[in-house]
Amino acid sequence: MLSIMVPLYFTLIAFMPTSRSKEFITGAKATIPMIIGAIPFGIIFGTLAESSGLSMWGAMAMSLFVYAGSSQFIALGLLATGVSPIIIIGTTFVVNLRHLLYATALVDKVKHLSQGWRFLLAFGLTDESFAVVNTRYSDGTDNSRAHWFFLGSIVAMYGNWQLCTWLGIGLGELFPDMTHWGLDFAMSVTFLGIVIPYLRTKPMWLAVISAAIFAMALRELPHQLGLVIAAVFGICIGYASQQIGLRLKPPTPPSPSNKGAAHNE
Amino acid sequence: MNEAIMIAGMALVTFSVRYVMFAMAGRIVFPVWFKHALAYVPPVVLSAIIAPLILMPKGYLDISLANPYFWAALVAAIVGFWRQHLLTTIIVGMIAFILLKWITS
Repeated sequence: MLSIMVPLYFTLIAFMPTSRSKEFITGAKATIPMIIGAIPFGIIFGTLAESSGLSMWGAMAMSLFVYAGSSQFIALGLLATGVSPIIIIGTTFVVNLRHLLYATALVDKVKHLSQGWRFLLAFGLTDESFAVVNTRYSDGTDNSRAHWFFLGSIVAMYGNWQLCTWLGIGLGELFPDMTHWGLDFAMSVTFLGIVIPYLRTKPMWLAVISAAIFAMALRELPHQLGLVIAAVFGICIGYASQQIGLRLKPPTPPSPSNKGAAHNE
Repeated sequence: MNEAIMIAGMALVTFSVRYVMFAMAGRIVFPVWFKHALAYVPPVVLSAIIAPLILMPKGYLDISLANPYFWAALVAAIVGFWRQHLLTTIIVGMIAFILLKWITS
């Protein structure tokens, strides 16, 4: 895998005029902390696949075409309990709805690009690349070539994800009892790390705590329905308490922008 | 076969969610309330995913010393609030987890 990725990367760079390749490389470099965080995550996905009932090729195809870490993990969890593909697809949709927020935040920056460019950038719009790219677009420098930065971030993140999935599949074959080591905690702690910077306002705290309580209380419901209901409740409670808070305050100009982008490093 | 359908479906819904706004290039304008509500989606979904994993690893609420998931998450959360650095949080959390699991086993 590495033997394909590395020459491809340099070929790509070689054919770009300097300012573009500069942006591309800067984007890839800015994504390095996210890549380090994703390494255990990707490896563990690969090792868990087989014991959850997903074939080696299924695991690789999921990383190649779905390319969404958290929903790939949830799909494994659901597969292990033997639910139907329809339920897994539906849950993937709900869990990934947050990407709509990321796209909404970035659409003004990419709307001048060709449909092909927008297609490519949308495919790679993960939590990690969003965090990095959103920072780039709001740093006040010239954005006319920032889509190359965006692409650099995606290529680096995507290449790493494929490599780690493949590595995890191999390690899972070598050490079949690896799944009992409890390394699934890497996903929990990564998500915990992503949630923490959001916790800056009372409504956000309320939303997160109530979603967590509902998720635990409703976990016996079939088909991960508890997760979906808990998320909806959490969002409603957060939004409602925000509205109540707004009403109590003296009228100030509203600032709806960039609320969700609060987790930039 | 089932597996191929499942993966194709997951790829389709994930890509659609990511692409719809870019494809329409700003011609979709959401009402303000919708944007406000959307801002809660990422942390709410992520915490609803991890709460049962951390607090109920055996299927019941367990905050005893025998649950390394809970104590390691607590350590990671403290470090996370203190340092506000994702990578540090992840690494400290993993080390705490491995140590706790080793001690309690």
